Amino acid sequence: MKDRSMLLQKEMIAEHFRRLEAAPQTGEKVVYTFVPGNLTELIRSFGALPLLPEINALQSGMRGKSKGYIAEAEKAGHSADVCTYVKADIGMMMSGNIGPTGTKLPPPDLLLLSYTGCYTFMKWFELLREKYQCPTVFLQIPYQGDGTLLPEHRDYVVEQLRQDVIPALEKVTGRPYDEARLRELLALSARAEDDLVAVLHSAKQKPSPIDSYFGGVYYIGPIFSAFRGTPEGVEYYQALREEVEERAAAGEGPMTPSGRLDDQQFRLVVEGPPNWTSFNQFWEMFSDEGAVVVASTYTKVGGTYDFGFRHDPADPLGTLADYCGGCYTNHNLPGRIDMLVEYVRQYQADGFLINSVKSCNSFSAGQLLILREVEKRTGIPGGFIESDLVDPRYFSAANIKNRLESYFQMLRERRRAGGQAASPAAPPAAGRAP
Amino acid sequence: MRCYVGVDLGSTTTKAVVLGEDGRILGRGITNSRANYDLAADVARTEAFVTARFGLLRREVQRSAGDARLSALLRAFRLEQTLAQLQRLAAALHAEIDHAVAPALRQGTHDAIDEIIDRSRQEEEQVFLLPDPPLRSDFFRDVAGSTFSRLAEELANRDGASFDLLLGLYDKCIIQVENTPLELGFHDHIGAALARIGDPPEVRAGVQAATAMAFDAAVTCGTGYGRARLPFPKEWIRSEILCHGLGAHAMFPRTRTVLDIGGQDTKAIQVDGEGIVTSFQMNDRCAAGCGRYLGYIADEMNIGLHELGPIAEQSTRKVRINSTCTVFAGAELRERLGVGERREDILAGLHRAVILRAMSLLARSGGIEDEFTFTGGVANNPAAVQALRELVEENYGRRTLNISPASIYTGALGAAIFALRVDRPGAELDTGGGEA
Repeated sequence: MKDRSMLLQKEMIAEHFRRLEAAPQTGEKVVYTFVPGNLTELIRSFGALPLLPEINALQSGMRGKSKGYIAEAEKAGHSADVCTYVKADIGMMMSGNIGPTGTKLPPPDLLLLSYTGCYTFMKWFELLREKYQCPTVFLQIPYQGDGTLLPEHRDYVVEQLRQDVIPALEKVTGRPYDEARLRELLALSARAEDDLVAVLHSAKQKPSPIDSYFGGVYYIGPIFSAFRGTPEGVEYYQALREEVEERAAAGEGPMTPSGRLDDQQFRLVVEGPPNWTSFNQFWEMFSDEGAVVVASTYTKVGGTYDFGFRHDPADPLGTLADYCGGCYTNHNLPGRIDMLVEYVRQYQADGFLINSVKSCNSFSAGQLLILREVEKRTGIPGGFIESDLVDPRYFSAANIKNRLESYFQMLRERRRAGGQAASPAAPPAAGRAP
Repeated sequence: MRCYVGVDLGSTTTKAVVLGEDGRILGRGITNSRANYDLAADVARTEAFVTARFGLLRREVQRSAGDARLSALLRAFRLEQTLAQLQRLAAALHAEIDHAVAPALRQGTHDAIDEIIDRSRQEEEQVFLLPDPPLRSDFFRDVAGSTFSRLAEELANRDGASFDLLLGLYDKCIIQVENTPLELGFHDHIGAALARIGDPPEVRAGVQAATAMAFDAAVTCGTGYGRARLPFPKEWIRSEILCHGLGAHAMFPRTRTVLDIGGQDTKAIQVDGEGIVTSFQMNDRCAAGCGRYLGYIADEMNIGLHELGPIAEQSTRKVRINSTCTVFAGAELRERLGVGERREDILAGLHRAVILRAMSLLARSGGIEDEFTFTGGVANNPAAVQALRELVEENYGRRTLNISPASIYTGALGAAIFALRVDRPGAELDTGGGEA
């Protein structure tokens, strides 16, 4: 039986895509934008609908369509080394632009690029602008090179919002900027964010009632895509929080491909995006070993709410600037390391694992350095596996399983040597030798 | 005798190690891997028990019987095993001729095969009589294959069967022979072997004792590429990373970094003072830089794998090779030969390229700590070892480099120690070790 939150999410997404499909008829304006640094409340305050190409790309991966889309994009000249999210999106566009729920996607009325550390996003929108010949607006978020967003950075972002982004939205939608409306939506965001954080923090319990990576990517779905600042979003996170709190109270683990995971052998922190094309098989490699992910960085690419940030209706543009600057992709390496170390400690993790994806240089560059540093500072051993976002050719199940098995056995042996865990019962003996 | 077995089912070879209750190595066995994984594991295990029984025999009667006689007995035993396999091969070949060869060619092909098998048998018996027999492959398929192909070339077309037909028959039948169980154990051939060396009474007494010993394999742990296929409980399966780490530690207790270059993967492993893995890196998606790469090069050059290293060692000027893609290696090789580079110089460059790949993995796993142990089939290749020594010193300074003559058994040894620990947690080990 599916949880209420799952059904809600499914309905919300289906409804959103129905509205998107009907937009050319209803006249609703469509703004393409990316997850990190998305300005959903602002877009919605103008009555426009957000559409997130990388969410479509990952959905295509989960639905087994990305392979064909990538092939289409490669035929059109995009090389093997280009981010596979980009190629899955371009390929989808070339194949009739049918979205993840089977509805046709509308062309953009505006491309709103909020630049938060991923250079590829900029190139991606250049390609889309070429195709759609629509207005584009570029919001530049200063990179947290020194680990903080300084007041002048914040002012610079607010200034751009006033000077560039708001006028662009006004022009496209034909509506004036309505700050009171924006404040209302931001207040709804903050409520949903409170509930999301309660869900994420629940993993501090033993056993954890959630998987913060494989389950986590579902949990962040609404808030990272189109539903910040919506009543549906608030309702979803309330329902989710209630379910998780019920599980926590009952001492139950999350549902996984191997069934409900109550007996949690390993608590892991994971860095890097998951693989989407073999998502369940990948998850199963963890759940079969009794491994639960208690914290992950990928679930922070659309906002680092668990470190305290909430959208603040009292300062609508300033809070959007803070939000954009704080996305995980906009953090420097020391900042990412601090966050991972913090996770290992707060969530009492036994292990720390990196899934390094071929597609994403902004994620992958420096990950081995991160691995060594987190090992050094926490004393727990790191593991390293390689796959890709949505190109199934780069998911080698046998190799990944081999590494994961080795990693879990290493954790178990070290624990045994440390005298913490009981060794599993010896199976009954034994054949005779020849 | 209660004992513990580790089986390492690799992509190229399958190895087994038998330990006694005190952790001492009783026997080791190796065979080539094949489609039937269970059988490969079984053959390696049987071989390990053969050497265990020979070890017992040696301890029992070494003083009275003397080394020379015991060596002769072992060689006679190997000969009997080979003859039994030749007999099986002959039967398979004749059956295949009746099944697949055109009627007009059948008789001639039967005749050619009879002669090839007969002369192979004679050659084996002559090799047995040589005082100083040549070093050969451990595997029946290599030994029989090289003789077969030489004789087939000589006899081709004499009775109507072409060389291609004969070799095609061999290729098909050797696979059948390898994938069908055959009695190759101690009990099966020791009697004939003993008779072959004249049944000396001092040796006979030892043989009786070794035959009578009952080995009770309490736990068998499996590892290696094909471990998931081994018919053991999940708790008895260990990853090869853990097994190589622990095996290297057992051989050289001061080991902190292990490099294993096997048939199709390369592993860089860091271990603590107890042999427990603390970090590791493996090659992913690509087998360049592994043993198979060298095997491919040997095939391209039409020489034996074991000849590669010694040829490369004669190099005076390494050629810089940038591509270590296995598939492109053949093209690169031919191009270099085409522009007049010497074979040994190209080979030296290729060995260095393989080791460069390993250096990258080592760096990713956390570098090279002292002591550094090199394991896997490629550790037997002198040119690879030389390249490794140079690159380690260049990048990390002086390190003690350990290579055991039994390095190919490292993973199986680690698995056997795990087997022992399943039964006797916390057992102190005396696994011998190798020489630095």
